[in-house]
Amino acid sequence: MIETAGDAGLIASPDITELPLWKQEGATPFLRIENITKKFGDFTAVDNISLDIYKNELFCLLGGSGSGKSTLLRMLAGFESPTSGRIIIDGVDMSGVQPWKRPVNMMFQSYALFPHLSVEDNVGFGLKREGLGRAEVKQRVAEMLDMVQLGHLGKRKPSQLSGGQRQRVALARSLVKRPKLLLLDEPLGALDKKLREETQFELINIQEELGVTFVVVTHDQEEAMTLATRIGVMNNGIIVQTAEPHDVYEYPNSRFVAEFVGSVNLFEGRIIEDQPDSVRINSQEAGAVLYVSHGISCAPNQKVHVAVRPEKMRISREQPDQQENCVCGVVEEYAYMGGLTVYRVRLASGKEVRVTQPNTSREASERLTWKEQVYLYWDLDSSVVLTA
Amino acid sequence: MSIQTGSAWVDGSGSRLAKYNFFKRINWGRASVFSVPTLWLAIFFFIPFLVVFKISLSESAIAVPPYTALLDWNAEDAYINLKLNLGNYLFLFEDSFYIDAYLSSIKIAAVSTFFTLLIAFPIAYLMARSKPSMRALLLALVILPFWTSFLLRVYAWMGFLKKNGLVNEFLMGTGIIDQPLIMLQTDFAVYIGIVYTYLPFMVLPLYSALEKMDMTLLEAAEDLGARPTTSFFLITVPLAVPGIIAGCVLVFIPAVGEFVIPSLLGGSDTLMIGRVLWDEFFLNRDWPMASAVAIVMLIVLVLPIMLIRNSQGKEETA
Repeated sequence: MIETAGDAGLIASPDITELPLWKQEGATPFLRIENITKKFGDFTAVDNISLDIYKNELFCLLGGSGSGKSTLLRMLAGFESPTSGRIIIDGVDMSGVQPWKRPVNMMFQSYALFPHLSVEDNVGFGLKREGLGRAEVKQRVAEMLDMVQLGHLGKRKPSQLSGGQRQRVALARSLVKRPKLLLLDEPLGALDKKLREETQFELINIQEELGVTFVVVTHDQEEAMTLATRIGVMNNGIIVQTAEPHDVYEYPNSRFVAEFVGSVNLFEGRIIEDQPDSVRINSQEAGAVLYVSHGISCAPNQKVHVAVRPEKMRISREQPDQQENCVCGVVEEYAYMGGLTVYRVRLASGKEVRVTQPNTSREASERLTWKEQVYLYWDLDSSVVLTA
Repeated sequence: MSIQTGSAWVDGSGSRLAKYNFFKRINWGRASVFSVPTLWLAIFFFIPFLVVFKISLSESAIAVPPYTALLDWNAEDAYINLKLNLGNYLFLFEDSFYIDAYLSSIKIAAVSTFFTLLIAFPIAYLMARSKPSMRALLLALVILPFWTSFLLRVYAWMGFLKKNGLVNEFLMGTGIIDQPLIMLQTDFAVYIGIVYTYLPFMVLPLYSALEKMDMTLLEAAEDLGARPTTSFFLITVPLAVPGIIAGCVLVFIPAVGEFVIPSLLGGSDTLMIGRVLWDEFFLNRDWPMASAVAIVMLIVLVLPIMLIRNSQGKEETA
């Protein structure tokens, strides 16, 4: 677990020794989505989704536009009611519960700050609705603004803030009521790249500090990778894969996930040898027999795809020693990007392959260039067979 | 830019250069755009205002035009006599008739504005919340009455409200009342007339304010625990305030000076300053007095509105 989290870029807490809740047998989910379907006329936005999310999770719903992720989030907030199915939050069925009565708060993509109210009044809005006293509202607003480092801007109007400051006001406003579940709709979408990276880690710190369960909707796979404890990849109203960020990237369960998360080279082929813990695939596209070090369950001679990530491949002028998983091609194009170089290599079959290599040497003369004949090869356990 | 030009003036490195800069600094395109409305206001508003103000300081006379001149040129002694008559203004405040007329006009206008707002808000709200394809149609319906003459529409209300008019016929026919209601020539009819004719002026600014509103704000309010009624009063209404103010100003000001509606629908005891003005001009032929009435009305109306606008502007820039 620690290793996988480390690979994904987020180290949850190094001292966790027990399994996360979603891996424990019989753990009670905090949020249970049961066979939720939402139709708008003939269009099915969310198609029979079931999902369990556990306490203190930071769950990311990742998908393109129109994948149904926002609709699902709006159903959790109560702005849309499901056509069928149930949502259970902390043991309570939310069917027919109005948005203002749910133990849920939402951070909107546009932030939806009230333009006529000051920062303080925006953050205090929800507390006043609870009927809390003036002094307590003031104190909790001040605490929350301090936490997002905006204590000095309480009197300003939203229009007088920068984008990053507005984002933090929106976060403070959605957290101040201490919701059991916080929904975030593209929380970093409107920020520029640098601010985004800073805010990502801030968001994780706040989530761990407060122990609130987060459900984040995003179309940005990088955001999902850094933030999430688990990712649910959505497409056409269904969740295609639910897994930890590491597993989504390294062990995608379908071509859609492999292509949506990161970039990938896919080689079409047919299985020629099926062992319990390995398979051999004859791929015309690759022009070679590919070896994959995990067993799969499929029909013999079935058409499958072998997925190899660009950074798992190595590129060389000389023929490597290894016989397996080695293909040959010509460098079409390359892009030097500082830390790494991206090559586009065309194989004999016409297939174009993307390879990224870290630039470990400073010498320009050693680098490959256009029209060079190269060998591409990868470790036996670096590729995945996709049947779907 | 301005600092550079300033230094050119100060060190005097050639007055020709400074002059050149000065002319260059005037943005002629911009100035010409501004000059059109400025000239319009000067010719059709400010100069007539000065003329009326001048007449208000003269005395009524049997002459053409029916007032005395302010300047009197005495050729023999080479004197110019300037005679300013403040008697009209003093008389305005001495005779309680005029003060009553002002107060009554303001009251009638204020009450009508309030009811116009009350009726216009739901209409504008519905329009702003309807489908975009419906909005154009609803907007056209709001503007539609303007295609008929204002006078005809007021006459139509006489037909509705008179003793054997449509309303009384209906109420008597259904047996709700057995005596016809006296509605025409009462303040009630004046209120109906003003509310009806000025409704579009209230609906349009309200609609434009409500239509601009971001609907996710209401979702955010609900998400934070506000019921729909609460979020209406805490979010929708405050965000519509610019529209409310614009609509109220557009209805209140012309309603105070309204002449046609009170004279057609109102009774003989409906006292409004517009009627007083008319009577002074056309019945008494006392142009100076009528002018004084008009000037005071302008001051009574314009001053508070300028104060409101000023405080609004300050709030926005603060």
